[in-house]
Amino acid sequence: MKKAAYSFPEEVLEHVFSFIVSDKDRSSISLVCKSWYEIERWCRRKVFVGNCYAVSPPILIKRFPELRSVTLKGKPHFADFNLVPEGWGGFACPWIRAMAGAYPWLEEIRLKRMVVSDESLEIIAKSFRNFKVLVLSSCEGFTTEGLAAIAANCRNLRELDLRESEVEDLSGRWLSDFPDSYTSLESLNISCLGNEVNLLALERLVSRCPNLKTLRLNRAVPLDRLPNLLRGAPQLAELGTGAYTSEMRPDVFSNLAEAFAGCKQLKTLSGFWDVLPSYLPAVNPICSQLISLNLSYATVQSPDLIKLVSLCEKLQKLWVLDYIEDDGLEVLAASCKDLRELRVFPSDPFGLEPNVALTEQGLVSVSEGCPKLQSVLYFCRQMSNAALNTIARNRPNLTRFRLCIIEPRSPDYLTLQPLDDGFGAIVEHCKDLRRLSLSGLLTDRVFEYIGTYGKKLEMLSVAFAGDSDLGLHHVLSGCDNLRKLEIRDCPFGDKALLANAAKLETMRSLWMSSCSVSFGACKVLGQKMPRLNVEVMDESGPPDSRPESSPVEKLYVYRTVAGPRLDMPGFVWTMDDDSALRIS
Amino acid sequence: MEPSIYQSELNLEATELRLGLPGRTNNKRSSPEDRSTSISISISKSSSVDSSGPSNATDHDDDDDDHQNSVQPAKVQVVGWPPVRSFRRNSMQQQKQKDEHNNNNGDGSAMYVKVSMAGAPYLRKIDLNVYNSYSQLLNALQNLFKCTFGEYSEREGYNGSDYAPTYEDKDGDWMLVGDVPWDMFTCSCKRLRIVKGSEAKGLASL
Repeated sequence: MKKAAYSFPEEVLEHVFSFIVSDKDRSSISLVCKSWYEIERWCRRKVFVGNCYAVSPPILIKRFPELRSVTLKGKPHFADFNLVPEGWGGFACPWIRAMAGAYPWLEEIRLKRMVVSDESLEIIAKSFRNFKVLVLSSCEGFTTEGLAAIAANCRNLRELDLRESEVEDLSGRWLSDFPDSYTSLESLNISCLGNEVNLLALERLVSRCPNLKTLRLNRAVPLDRLPNLLRGAPQLAELGTGAYTSEMRPDVFSNLAEAFAGCKQLKTLSGFWDVLPSYLPAVNPICSQLISLNLSYATVQSPDLIKLVSLCEKLQKLWVLDYIEDDGLEVLAASCKDLRELRVFPSDPFGLEPNVALTEQGLVSVSEGCPKLQSVLYFCRQMSNAALNTIARNRPNLTRFRLCIIEPRSPDYLTLQPLDDGFGAIVEHCKDLRRLSLSGLLTDRVFEYIGTYGKKLEMLSVAFAGDSDLGLHHVLSGCDNLRKLEIRDCPFGDKALLANAAKLETMRSLWMSSCSVSFGACKVLGQKMPRLNVEVMDESGPPDSRPESSPVEKLYVYRTVAGPRLDMPGFVWTMDDDSALRIS
Repeated sequence: MEPSIYQSELNLEATELRLGLPGRTNNKRSSPEDRSTSISISISKSSSVDSSGPSNATDHDDDDDDHQNSVQPAKVQVVGWPPVRSFRRNSMQQQKQKDEHNNNNGDGSAMYVKVSMAGAPYLRKIDLNVYNSYSQLLNALQNLFKCTFGEYSEREGYNGSDYAPTYEDKDGDWMLVGDVPWDMFTCSCKRLRIVKGSEAKGLASL
């Protein structure tokens, strides 16, 4: 074999590769030639698996024998809204078992929407000597006993983040299982825990870990314990308070304000459950240094919110309830010129009437006043094409736009027309838009716009929209970079799906629930496309007990190199050719 | 297990709930302007409908009597819409319950009770609604009266301390603070009294 005159020794290439961190670039490197593939796979340290069923543990381990960091995602996004039944899957255990055997030097495990058992946590605690980072985002299935195992055994743990997981909280004792000699904690997020942790143990832990930068407490930590915690960690950069209420006493207030003032590096605040408004000003000393503020659990009214927000001139990220109202958003637009991300959550999502004066106008104000605004999540009760048009023209730099008009199929409230043109303006002007969520009254035309202009779109969420298969066809045939498509309650059926079957192999996943896709079409798709897993979910019984033309309840299609999964519960059927129909 | 509803088989159009404006007709596939907002009800095993929301089972009965064109039926909750995550929903739910609980006491937003302590010249008053848990309340009391209660255990009450918190309940009995769930406590507590540890031991060993 002829060797190129200027070929580098492997060590040099490996060294060069070590500077390439992004997954996409690593993937590109591995495709250059066989020897680069080999070198790359031996020196890959970090892997991101966007769908845990797209690949299997043995396949991963075989290709990448020396990983230090693994990220896995399990359930589809709509699981967040109770659309995925209990027991569907996303089990972490097989992965953790396999990795325990293959990667004794594994340092980081990050899981999202997966089912994690105490047993898995115990395996992690005992198997990885240099374990540093555990992030369990929107996970479930474990208790505080599992956490106790981690606390007791992971001597080098830096990060323990349980964000939004469902933990069976048996007792707050687990925190005391961190040995007295343990001082390496840098980040702790227990905001999802329901019960009290041992407060003394928490205080001691916080004050003996000099590198603690992130501390997110749970609701049960009382406000009057906060000053002590802050004094124990003046180097904190990110804080999530517990319940932000106490009997109003001037000495408690000044103690708190002083403690906050002592945290010169504090840049991020969250928590704020049960806020007593008169305690909010205690954070005033640090407002001018804040870049991120999450007040989305703070049920306080607009004037109090305005007072706080108007002091945060460096603010880049704000999450808030719709109590802020249009007036508050106008003040935000005037005060926070560095704002990059805004999320406005509904205080009364199931109420019939609006309970706050928040309309499309608030979002328009922010789009006018904040030149760096890139990411929007906005719940409201009325919208117009004119407003969307204005927003699109004001902010062509938007990359994420998620609008939820609370009542399904709401038209433009001024003209009673569909909101096609408004969203069309968004995709047309915001050329770098990567994520879009639609709502309101929408016809096939909005999908035509999306297919035409949404060339950089990677994730699209659709609900109660469209007229026919043409809508789905526009999206699947037009959006070149589409990775995730999730659809519910839309009249999309077989034609568009089957006509664009090949497209599905270029995407991570497709979710369709309460649509018009027939069982027969699912079978055809499954048979035609062996590298896709086509899974039908139906809780009322096997789909083949009904006519083939019956629509399926839920359809989840994803590309995979691992074949059909073997851990499906009784209400999930695979449309794979070989296994035919599995009847539980 | 609740059955799923297959629209093709059961033809639910006759009983389908609609939220259209008065005068709208029954056309699903017509042009958008004529379309009424109908919400498909998907009842699945996992549907977790907010207990505070309107029930979605009883409205069917009203359809026969309702004139669909003139009366807006009560809103039915759709699974997973609006898309608010469970954690957030539950947090807001807790806050609502707290507010309702407060209103049920007739005091509006505060629930002040007297607190006395053996040997102290004056009584104090605290607002029970400001606290969410025993530890918050006990901390406040310990701060207020500059005393300590020690660790609570079901068997031994407040161990290793000079003082213990007690309260008078609706029946006029003096109880040790901490035995019953927090919400039950706030409903039945009429007044608080901080007693000497020796007095409290009598209560705990019953």
